[in-house]
Amino acid sequence: MLKINELQASIDESKILKGLNLTINPGEVHAIMGPNGSGKSTLASVLAGREDYGIDGGTVDFNGTDLLDMDATERARAGLFLAFQYPVEIPGVSNINFMRAAVNGKREHEGLDPIKGKDFLQMVKEKAKLVELDGRLRNRSVNEGFSGGEKKRNEIFQMAMLEPKLAILDETDSGLDIDALRVVSEGVNAMRSPDRSFLVITHYQRLLDYIVPDFVHVLVDGRIVRSGGKELALELEERGYDWIKQETVA
Amino acid sequence: MAYDGKDKVLEEVTGKSYEFGFTTEIESDKAPAGLTEDIIRLISSKKEEPDWLLKWRLEAFAVWQTMEEPDWPHLNYVKPDYQAISYYAAPKQKKQLNSLEDVDPEMRRTMEKLGISMEEQKRLSGVAVDFVMDSVSVATSFKEKLGELGIIFCSMSEAVKEHPALVRKYLGSVVPTRDNFFSALNSAVFTDGSFCYIPKGVRCPMELSTYFRINESGTGQFERTLVVADESSYVSYLEGCTAPQRDENQLHAAVVELVALDEAEIKYSTVQNWYPGDANGKGGVYNFVTKRGICHRRSKISWTQVETGSAVTWKYPSCILKGDHSVGEFYSVAVTNNAQQADTGTKMIHLGKNTHSTIISKGISAGNSHNSYRGLVQIMPSAANARNFSQCDSLLMTDTSGAHTFPYIEVKNPTAQVEHEATTSKIGEDQIFYCLQRGIDAEQAISLIVNGYAKDVLNQLPMEFAVEAQKLLSISLEGSVG
Repeated sequence: MLKINELQASIDESKILKGLNLTINPGEVHAIMGPNGSGKSTLASVLAGREDYGIDGGTVDFNGTDLLDMDATERARAGLFLAFQYPVEIPGVSNINFMRAAVNGKREHEGLDPIKGKDFLQMVKEKAKLVELDGRLRNRSVNEGFSGGEKKRNEIFQMAMLEPKLAILDETDSGLDIDALRVVSEGVNAMRSPDRSFLVITHYQRLLDYIVPDFVHVLVDGRIVRSGGKELALELEERGYDWIKQETVA
Repeated sequence: MAYDGKDKVLEEVTGKSYEFGFTTEIESDKAPAGLTEDIIRLISSKKEEPDWLLKWRLEAFAVWQTMEEPDWPHLNYVKPDYQAISYYAAPKQKKQLNSLEDVDPEMRRTMEKLGISMEEQKRLSGVAVDFVMDSVSVATSFKEKLGELGIIFCSMSEAVKEHPALVRKYLGSVVPTRDNFFSALNSAVFTDGSFCYIPKGVRCPMELSTYFRINESGTGQFERTLVVADESSYVSYLEGCTAPQRDENQLHAAVVELVALDEAEIKYSTVQNWYPGDANGKGGVYNFVTKRGICHRRSKISWTQVETGSAVTWKYPSCILKGDHSVGEFYSVAVTNNAQQADTGTKMIHLGKNTHSTIISKGISAGNSHNSYRGLVQIMPSAANARNFSQCDSLLMTDTSGAHTFPYIEVKNPTAQVEHEATTSKIGEDQIFYCLQRGIDAEQAISLIVNGYAKDVLNQLPMEFAVEAQKLLSISLEGSVG
């Protein structure tokens, strides 16, 4: 699905990723944890194709194509989805129209005609159920006036609509209370399948109680310094990041 | 941070030629360049006008000669040489037109290219079109149907002949000849335009629509529009404008007067898409327009405009709220790209008691363009309990474009409530990236965001126009993020 090899990236001359390696196979859920400033969100942005970042080296293969060679729209249409840490508001653009443009963009890429109104509404209805996104939120402007939890639910709703091959969740748990966390996690779990992979970026182990990963990686100073199973997350929760940092330096 | 990749798109798209830049080859009856009393007499006699109108024109001309072209707008352009312009160009076509089949085929092709073929318009349920090419109104449809209700909808020339009392009573009653430099010029030389009268208590059952177009090279267009809504009547009027592509600047100095008598309502919507000039600011239309309405007791005038064209725009559709409890509204989206300049806004003059006005202005500046909102809210001593709400937002698409706001507020009655909100923002890179990440391409992302931004205004447009306006916004801004 995704093969990252020695990826180096920087912003404004400052190096953030310093040779990152990661392989994700279809159906796998990988969690990336790490202290603030270790490069977690940079990794998400670089994979999604944000142009603010410079790529200084390395390769990323996404289902046999060179991901770094594609622009952000192409990556999305090829099945890469990013659930944003801070979803933006787009005043005056209804959530529904926004999703319709997105769904039709993907369909165009697949050589399909734009979706029929009736089919689209049916799809919205189904997918909205997953994250308990009510009609009010569907028809409002994109994320405008949404609470923190509603914004994150909307991200997962969009993910469900677009049925990506690889979904990156960037600190989706931040700012969520326990109920919202449960709803969002259940939405994600419902979408787990043998041909869909997830990269879950989080600061806290808490999220991983709900979305149980196959692998956990620890990112420190732009590199993955340790990988393990889900028990690694528990160890981090207990001991913090300092011991890993020290071991890395040593 | 700039989106480097999109600068390329910007170049490509702004290199795209103006879609409506075609010239119709019709024999034209054109006056020699220059403006003198003789030219005005010629225009008046060509149009077989009564003496009072000729006299009115000559007075306006005399006033105009004493006036100076205004310098106060935030605009930078070479002032037109008013003696180099031809003031009359009528398509040579003498016979009276009774049906669409009588229209010159060449002219009909022009209409088709504009996407407003009369056939189509006819099929479109309920849009009557008065199509003004250069100066003479070519064909007016639906006239008979409207006639049954006593509604008059015709060219100004015809109104002068057929309804002289109405024209004489209201012409210049809202925009006096000496109001400003351009209104004086227009009064002296106007060649045609539209006239509309809605009788007492009649609700006009269809949107009335006029398409203006400048065709003849080197001609200015000076049309004159007068809409009179008698007591308790209602009319929605649509005005659309395009001009063929030309290198030299063309002048357009129109006057629109609206009269809403007691309890009447006039909704006046404009989509202006005159040729904006090329990417370097060569050519394009100079659009100097005076639009004003007067509201009598409990009446309402609502101006909605979507301005995407013209090299230079100078335009302030205004309301004089004379009658008690009258309402004035102004909804505007003005887009400037490349080297375009716009100085536009409104004036709300509150005279009557309990008068209300609303101003919603959305400016969008791209390329190297400059976009100014200029508005006056004036509460006179007689206007007890007057209220105004103004919201002026500016959206910058590039680092090289400018947005300016010049709000003037004069309150002379202590019971007035005036609110003014203004924002200026740059189009959000985060918003664009959010769209891109969902698989929406850059052009469509900008279109979505801009249409969302302008939604409060676009919602005011009648359906037929809203769709066209949305398309125009997208076309005008294609690839304009830098």
